[in-house]
Amino acid sequence: MKYFHLVWAALARRKGRTIFTLLSILMAFLLFGLLDSVRSAFSNTGQAGKDRLLTFSSINWGLPLPQSLYERIRAVPGVGKIEYASAIGGTYQDPNNYVGIEGHADSFLDIYPEWQIAPAEREAFLRTRTGIIASESYAKRFHWKIGDKIPLKTAVYKKDGSTVWTFDLVGIYRISDSSMQSNENTVYARWDYLNEARQEGGGTVDWFAVEVPDLSQIDRVSQAIDALSANSDHETKTETEYAFYIETLRQLGDVGLIVGSIMGAVFFTLVLLTGNTTAQTVRERIPELATLKAIGFSPSSVLGLVLSESVLVLLLGSSLGLIGAAVIVYWVRSTMGSTIFLAPVGEDTWLRGLALAVVVGLLVAVLPAMRGMRLRVVDALSGR
Amino acid sequence: MNTLVEIRNVSKVYQRGTQRVEVLHHVNLDIPNGAFLALMGPSGSGKTTLLNLIGGLDSPTDGSIAVDGSRIDRLGESALAKWRAAHVGFVFQFYNLLPMLSAQKNVELPLLLTGLSASERKRNASIALALVGLGERAGHKPTELSGGQQQRVAIARAIVSDPTLLVCDEPTGDLDRQSATDILSLLQQLNRDHGKTIIMVTHDPKAAEYARQTLHLDKGTLVESQQLVEA
Repeated sequence: MKYFHLVWAALARRKGRTIFTLLSILMAFLLFGLLDSVRSAFSNTGQAGKDRLLTFSSINWGLPLPQSLYERIRAVPGVGKIEYASAIGGTYQDPNNYVGIEGHADSFLDIYPEWQIAPAEREAFLRTRTGIIASESYAKRFHWKIGDKIPLKTAVYKKDGSTVWTFDLVGIYRISDSSMQSNENTVYARWDYLNEARQEGGGTVDWFAVEVPDLSQIDRVSQAIDALSANSDHETKTETEYAFYIETLRQLGDVGLIVGSIMGAVFFTLVLLTGNTTAQTVRERIPELATLKAIGFSPSSVLGLVLSESVLVLLLGSSLGLIGAAVIVYWVRSTMGSTIFLAPVGEDTWLRGLALAVVVGLLVAVLPAMRGMRLRVVDALSGR
Repeated sequence: MNTLVEIRNVSKVYQRGTQRVEVLHHVNLDIPNGAFLALMGPSGSGKTTLLNLIGGLDSPTDGSIAVDGSRIDRLGESALAKWRAAHVGFVFQFYNLLPMLSAQKNVELPLLLTGLSASERKRNASIALALVGLGERAGHKPTELSGGQQQRVAIARAIVSDPTLLVCDEPTGDLDRQSATDILSLLQQLNRDHGKTIIMVTHDPKAAEYARQTLHLDKGTLVESQQLVEA
C-alpha cells in the first residue's frame, strides 16, 4: 500500500489519456455486464419443472388437443395433480404492449406453487369467471390495481364478434423461482371463460401440465400419456417442463456462443488498445523508471509498479462499467419487469468481470513492465 | 581520513555493435571519507562512467570497487539496488524528479525502501527539505519550482536516507550561474558541516573550485590530481 500513491500518480500523469483509456475499458465492461446478464438469464433454467410433465401436440406446440384427454391422463397410474391451458396473445392499449394471456384450469395454482398470491385473491380468481391475475411487474408497468377492468385486444374472436376481451383483475402474483420469472409476462385467466367465449376452438386445450410425485416414474408416465393418443389425429409429445424450457431456449440460439463471440471481439480490441497505451506510457516514463531504479528500487519493484498501474486502471474501468451495467439492468427490469431476458448483475458476474480485468491488466502490461524491469539505468538516464 | 572508496585496476569496456570501446583503462583511485571530489575531463573521457561505477549503477569489466569495505563489483542487480538504496544519494543534471509527485513525496521516495512508517517518512523528508531551504515549498510539484529549486529537491531526496556518499552528475549543468552557485554552496555545506562524501562530475572549472580535490580524466585514464584550497 505504501507504493499506492506512486501507482496513482502514474495514472494522473496524462489525465486525458487515462480518461479515454478508462472510458474504453468502461464501455467494454458495460457490454460485458449486460451480455453476461443476458447469458445468465438464458442459462438460469434452475431446477423448476423437473417433477412436472407438459403434454402438447407432437406436431407443434400450441396445436389444439381435446380437453377430454384430461380424464384419461388423470387415470394414468403415477399422475398426481393435473391442469390444462389455452394461450392467446394480446396487447394492452398500444400494439407494442404485448401481454400473454393464458386460460387455465382451476388446479393451475395447485400445480404451480411458484406462483405466489394472497389467499383471498386466489379465492377471488377461482370464483370470478372473467377474473385474471397479473404479475407485480405488469401491475406496476401498466398501473393496474385489483378491481380494474382490463381490456386486452387479441387475435381471437369472441362469440359477440369482438376481439377485445375485458377481464377483471382479481389478484397480483409474483413468481418466487427466478428461473421461471419470464412467465411474469403473462396474465392468467380462467380456461372455462376463454373456452365459452371464443368463437372457435371450443373444447380444446393447448397443453396439459401433469405433476408426477414419484420422479422415478416420470419416464413411464410420460410414455403412458403419449400412448393414449398414439395413432390418433392428435398425437402428443410429453416431456418434463425442465426439458421443454431447455429445448425452447436452445431453439432461440446458442446464447452463450453468441455472447462469447461478441465479448471475445470486444476484449481482443481492448487488449490491443490498452496494450498499446500501456506500452506508450512506459516508453515515455523510461527516465522516471530509471530514476526509481537508480535510487534503489529493485527490478521486481519496477515490474510490480507497472503491472499494478495497468491492473488498477482495468479494475477502475471495469468497476465503473459493471456498476453502469447493474444500474441499466436494474432500470430495465424495474421498467419492463422481470419478463425481459436480463438477470440482475450478480456476484458471479462481478467476480468474472473483475477477474477478467485483472487478467487483461496483467496481459497488456507484462511486456512493457518487463521492459521497465530490464532497463539499464545507465543507458536509460543517458537517453540511449 | 580513512578510505571510503577503493578502486583497483578498474576497466570498463562497452560493446557498440561490433565495436569494442574501452571507456576506462586500469583506473586506480582511493577516495577518503568526507571528501568532496570533482571529476573533470573532456567528453568521452570516462568521468560519468567512473561515477556510475562508484555509485553502483554499472559494473566494471575488470578490477574491483569497494565502498566502505563492501565489494560492490561482485553484487548482482537486485543486491546492487538494495546497496544503492542504503548507501548512495544521486543528484542528476536534469534533477530527475517525478513530475506528478510533490516535492515532499519526491523526497520521500528513497524512504519507501526503508522500514520507516508514513509519519517518519514525512518527518524525515520535511527535515531534508528544510535543510536545502525548501521547507515552505514541500507541497509544490516540480513544474511549479524553478530549476535551482528542483535541484535542491533532488539534493534533499539524495540525502534524506543519510547515505554514505553523494554522487552528483553535472548537478549545475542545467542551471543559471546564480542557481549553480547556490547549489554548489549547498553541496559544500553538506560536505563541510554534515561530513557527506561527495563525488561530482562537472565540465565547469568554476564548479570544480567548490570541491576539495579535482581529478582529471582523459581517454579513460586519470591524468592529474589537484588538491584545492577550501573555498
